[in-house]
Amino acid sequence: MRITELFDQGKFVITAELAPPKGFHLDHMLKEAKEYLGAVTAINVTDNQSSNMKMGSMATCKALKDNGFESIFQLTCRDRNRLALQSDLLSAAYFGIENLLLLTGDHTRVGDTPQAKPVFDLDSVSLIHTVKLLEQGVDLGGKELEGEPPKFAKGAVVSPCSDSIDAQLSKMERKVMAGAEYFQTQAVYDSEKFIKFMERAKQFGVPVMLGLIIPKGAGALNFLNNNIPGISVPPDMIEELKKDPERAKAGITGVEITARIIRECRDYCQGVHIMTLGWESKVPDVLSQAGIA
Amino acid sequence: MLITQLKPKETIASIAGSKAFYITCEGCREVYFPEEEAAQLREEAAGIGSLVTDYICNPDNLMFQLEKHMEKLNAADTIVVFSCGVGVQTVSACFTGKKVYAGCDTYPLPGGQGVTPLEYDCDQCGECHLNSTGGICPITACSKSLVNGQCGGAKYGKCEVDKDMDCGWERIYRRLEAAGLTDSLLYPVKIRDFAVE
Repeated sequence: MRITELFDQGKFVITAELAPPKGFHLDHMLKEAKEYLGAVTAINVTDNQSSNMKMGSMATCKALKDNGFESIFQLTCRDRNRLALQSDLLSAAYFGIENLLLLTGDHTRVGDTPQAKPVFDLDSVSLIHTVKLLEQGVDLGGKELEGEPPKFAKGAVVSPCSDSIDAQLSKMERKVMAGAEYFQTQAVYDSEKFIKFMERAKQFGVPVMLGLIIPKGAGALNFLNNNIPGISVPPDMIEELKKDPERAKAGITGVEITARIIRECRDYCQGVHIMTLGWESKVPDVLSQAGIA
Repeated sequence: MLITQLKPKETIASIAGSKAFYITCEGCREVYFPEEEAAQLREEAAGIGSLVTDYICNPDNLMFQLEKHMEKLNAADTIVVFSCGVGVQTVSACFTGKKVYAGCDTYPLPGGQGVTPLEYDCDQCGECHLNSTGGICPITACSKSLVNGQCGGAKYGKCEVDKDMDCGWERIYRRLEAAGLTDSLLYPVKIRDFAVE
């Protein structure tokens, strides 16, 4: 099922993000998914996230599908040239993977294999364009595909709390022009900034899913605030986590904060996307406290 | 060495305004430049002024050469530069509020590269992007050489690869914003041609 069909029906879509392991054993991931992610519409699988070498997104998506989960295949331009990207898209179609999140990808220098050659033959915009061509039965070289062309839900990312919001909106517009059908955002902690962003982004008429990372503590949130692009944390939120370190450590404060952000932003977005970072077990509480599951 | 090739006539006609000023650089021995074709094009285009000069890659030399033409340059709606990518970037940096466009594509040849200040780096990619990026080269200014806009990796205006390096695409956006030209970023999807020779 393509998640764009749900947006079309006016449904509020909930997705979660999982990272494949550094290895090929998915037992733990599948167990966590079954235990805690039953209420989400689809599980989004990262592609060597933060340029750290992991098991592949496509195979993990296939495993999730085999276990009854709808999946979203993240595909970045960092590790593959245009031949490999198109080839992987056709392979994904063969496996019945219908949802894509198309990204440029982090630079190889920031991850665990900085010696690797960064590819970036295509980028997020030209990758979206490429998927659209494949859907029309033609590859990037203008050659026709054999048989029925694939059909995907084409997703892209945007950072609503970036410190260069005009440039982000300009890039978002290019992605929409290229064929992006839905957006997932970088983690949002500042509801006010997100709402202001959405007031400008709604002109594009494309569904936006609010991105969330459950804060694991004051230190962790401070780190995200200072080091991760596109993340902006209001100072009082860090204070809120500092107040009771035991509660914060147990995830109680983080769940409350995440649910509160969802409630504040719900009327301005078409879904939420929770990047679990190991806290799959907190997802049911977030969704119930937010009143969306 | 490098070789510059004029962009197609139609391309130049589409970028040059009704009051275009043409700057042609013929200084560098390391650059093969199509002098006759450029002269013919300038004549046909009938802009409000033109200057044939040398070594515009050196900002001091450029400003010295332009001194006598400032009145026309200020009145011009477009400045079209026939030079390698370095020259276009130098002119663009001197006229940040104006439309400065490249009339040439620059290709590499083995050998010396002339006088090329690093801050105006040109990768000689053969499909000059400067006309849609405010005269800042996305191939050399962006660590990923992206041609369709910024990635999500900049924080406080700095690149994810090197915190001392400005995000090239934020520089491009700010340059275009200052000139009221951010709409020029709505060009069709660009895909690089690595077979270009």
